[in-house]
Amino acid sequence: MSLLVAEDIHGGYGGVDILNSANLRVDADEIVVIIGPNGAGKSTLIKAVFGLVPIRRGTVTFDGNAITNQRPDVLVARGMSYVPQERNVFPTLSVTENLEMGAYTRTDDYSADMAAIFDIFPVLAERRRQPAGQLSGGQRQMVAIGRALMVKPRLLLLDEPTAGLSPKFVDEILERITAINQLGVAVLMVEQNARRALELAHRGYVLVMGACRIEDTGANLLANREVGEAFLGGRAAND
Amino acid sequence: MIDILQLLIFGIVLGGIIALGAVGVSLLFGILRFAHFAHGDMMTLGAYLAFAFVAGLGWPLLAAFPLAVLLTVGVAVLIDQVLYRRLRRKAPVILLFSSFGVALMLRAIIELVWGPDTVVYDSAIQLPWRIAGLRIKPDHVTIVIGAIVLVTALHLFLQRTRTGKAMRAMADEPDLAQVTGINTERVVIWTWIIGSALAAAAGIFLALDTRLVPLLGWNLLLPVFAAAILGGIGRPYGAIFGGLVIGISTEMSTLAIAPVYKPAVAFTIILIMLIWRPTGLLRGR
Amino acid sequence: MELPGLISFAVFFLTLAGIYGVFSLGLNVQWGYSGQFNLGIAAFWAVGSYTAAILTTAPGGGHLGGFGLPFVVGLAAAVLLSALLAVLIGVVTVNLRTDYLAIGTIGIAEIVRLVLKNEAWLTNGVRGIAGIPRPFADLPGDLPALIYLAIVALAVLVVFVAIERLYRAPWGRVQRALRENEPATQAAGKNVLRFRLEAFVLGAAVMGLGGALYAHFIAFISPEAFDPLITTFVVWVMLIAGGSGNNRGALLGAFVIWGIWSGTGFLTDLLPIEIQTRAGSVRILLIGALLQIILLSRPEGLIPEAGPPTPDDGESTDNSR
Repeated sequence: MSLLVAEDIHGGYGGVDILNSANLRVDADEIVVIIGPNGAGKSTLIKAVFGLVPIRRGTVTFDGNAITNQRPDVLVARGMSYVPQERNVFPTLSVTENLEMGAYTRTDDYSADMAAIFDIFPVLAERRRQPAGQLSGGQRQMVAIGRALMVKPRLLLLDEPTAGLSPKFVDEILERITAINQLGVAVLMVEQNARRALELAHRGYVLVMGACRIEDTGANLLANREVGEAFLGGRAAND
Repeated sequence: MIDILQLLIFGIVLGGIIALGAVGVSLLFGILRFAHFAHGDMMTLGAYLAFAFVAGLGWPLLAAFPLAVLLTVGVAVLIDQVLYRRLRRKAPVILLFSSFGVALMLRAIIELVWGPDTVVYDSAIQLPWRIAGLRIKPDHVTIVIGAIVLVTALHLFLQRTRTGKAMRAMADEPDLAQVTGINTERVVIWTWIIGSALAAAAGIFLALDTRLVPLLGWNLLLPVFAAAILGGIGRPYGAIFGGLVIGISTEMSTLAIAPVYKPAVAFTIILIMLIWRPTGLLRGR
Repeated sequence: MELPGLISFAVFFLTLAGIYGVFSLGLNVQWGYSGQFNLGIAAFWAVGSYTAAILTTAPGGGHLGGFGLPFVVGLAAAVLLSALLAVLIGVVTVNLRTDYLAIGTIGIAEIVRLVLKNEAWLTNGVRGIAGIPRPFADLPGDLPALIYLAIVALAVLVVFVAIERLYRAPWGRVQRALRENEPATQAAGKNVLRFRLEAFVLGAAVMGLGGALYAHFIAFISPEAFDPLITTFVVWVMLIAGGSGNNRGALLGAFVIWGIWSGTGFLTDLLPIEIQTRAGSVRILLIGALLQIILLSRPEGLIPEAGPPTPDDGESTDNSR
């Protein structure tokens, strides 16, 4: 059984449906990437799953339980965490405090988990006392992902984790996402560096006009001529 | 020179009082995203509640202080739960206007219960100490020490406790706090507790320094807003800094302008801040 | 001509309700049309009142003024000076967010009050200015009161028709568009700040008119008459109760709230004598409670703005932060 299943999702902000019957699933050990043209509703789909955009029709289940339109804090407690694209750290809080906030819902001892995150992102350990707002963009992204990992999620939702980063950091962040996945965390992410993301993804979806048009393995999508021309061609030069 | 030092002392006393009020305004503005116009009247309420114990029951002010603070906190949390909590889902401007109404209602209640006339905690005239030409009132020492104790307690709360850290986090990025799983309602209630407790303390200190009138706290609202804006919205430490700056510049202003226009100083600083850097000196929102 | 007491009171009531209606309409231009949160209504009220008073009172009195100019000249000057003050303020505050604009305007009202109180050469200080003439005051009995009611009614009508036409004109459409979704309209090439400033100044000019009408009606003004909070608060409650964005609502709100305010006067007269001196507080408490009930249950007011939802009750909070 899949960890996350979203079926026939319709929804959006205000009165306009951005999502029109989007479907998707994520298995327990997978990295799944959503790609597609600008305005297709990629970020909206992730937000809808996480209860940040109202779903008007369709269902989302997590681990077999219905979670459609569930509040984010409830989902966090159930083992799902989300990293927004922007404003995803608490700038005046130190790196350590940002991670502590990630563990807000936990009442047990989380020092081992924090140590594990510092293992994944050693640069954060060096700067653990520094306010997150003073870090570089790539380091802030690491804080944001680390914060989301503090609840020991089974599913990590990432909204364009490499947006605005320099190529060096793009590689580093994507590498770490693979490493995190190998620790047993499923990952669902929206990514604009489509080619690079599909290289590390198990599966991918091409979202067009609010619906998932194509679903395939990462490798197949990379090889798919139609996908390549539409979504990967212009991007290849960036990689 | 001695005049300037004397004004500096007055400025620090006033600044400490303003700082205590500004911390709450700044946190509430950062977390609930509205300017809490009833904050001044919360101060007044705290001051009059203490007066009730001092004058009515003959308690020493030190004993009346914690109880007055506690009762003010109770009123603030009650108003939040009955009123603001229901209005939060609507636009922040509705909250702002509601708090403006609450300000007037609190003042009306205070006038109904205690009357419009001036009262004092202790009518005995306090002789100032004379130290190297400076006049220092014992009450001023009490106020400054009290403010330092409260700010230290606030600092420990914000730095050492889970709720305190969550409060700073929420003042930083309210939306992120929510997706992080922080119990935002709980943090909101704690923000009211901290903000109104400090406001009540500020009101009592101000009444100790001057006299009690129903407009006591309202008259301090503009300086308190000025301090919060100067320090950056959502920045409690900035608010303390801002409070001292506003307090000292208000007292120092009498070197240049007529004392009746002292209240205009805070406002002028607000205007300059809003034009020059709307996000505050210490980078807030 | 002597009117019976009840009718005499009705004339008194309607005149003041009309004056409040002028303020409510002025605020509607600023908030209802343009979404600018002015908490400094008292400043424009005071400038209008004092301008009219200084220009029209008889000579003598130890302060500036006593020019004995005609009523209409005072009215016009009040409108102009209030607009001028609004231009000076608006240039600074026009691009401020709601909360900051509220703080800024309340500060201006406070400063105006300080000036009124302390610049005795100009305003006679706390003693205030007395003997502000009412037009046709020489006529017998209650005629002057009736004529003044007619003047106020005319003023309400003129303001109402003028700003109602503006609301339907392209200018009003731009205002609403700016209020609803500023970035899009900005992109459409509209000078946002200019439109906002125009609404702010127009609203202030209307308030200046209201201030002048008030001064001539009451005949005596002093800084105490402009408790900036309560005057501002009452006008705001009128607009919100009636329905911001809607001029009919603004007027209805003025009459209803003024009715409640006057009605509570009768109620507090029934209270024990020692509480009666605090009747003002009871009134504010009641009006405050009424406001909270309106905000909780019907924030769009008695007569909501027709057409698209107003920014203060929808999900959009864009222009309120």
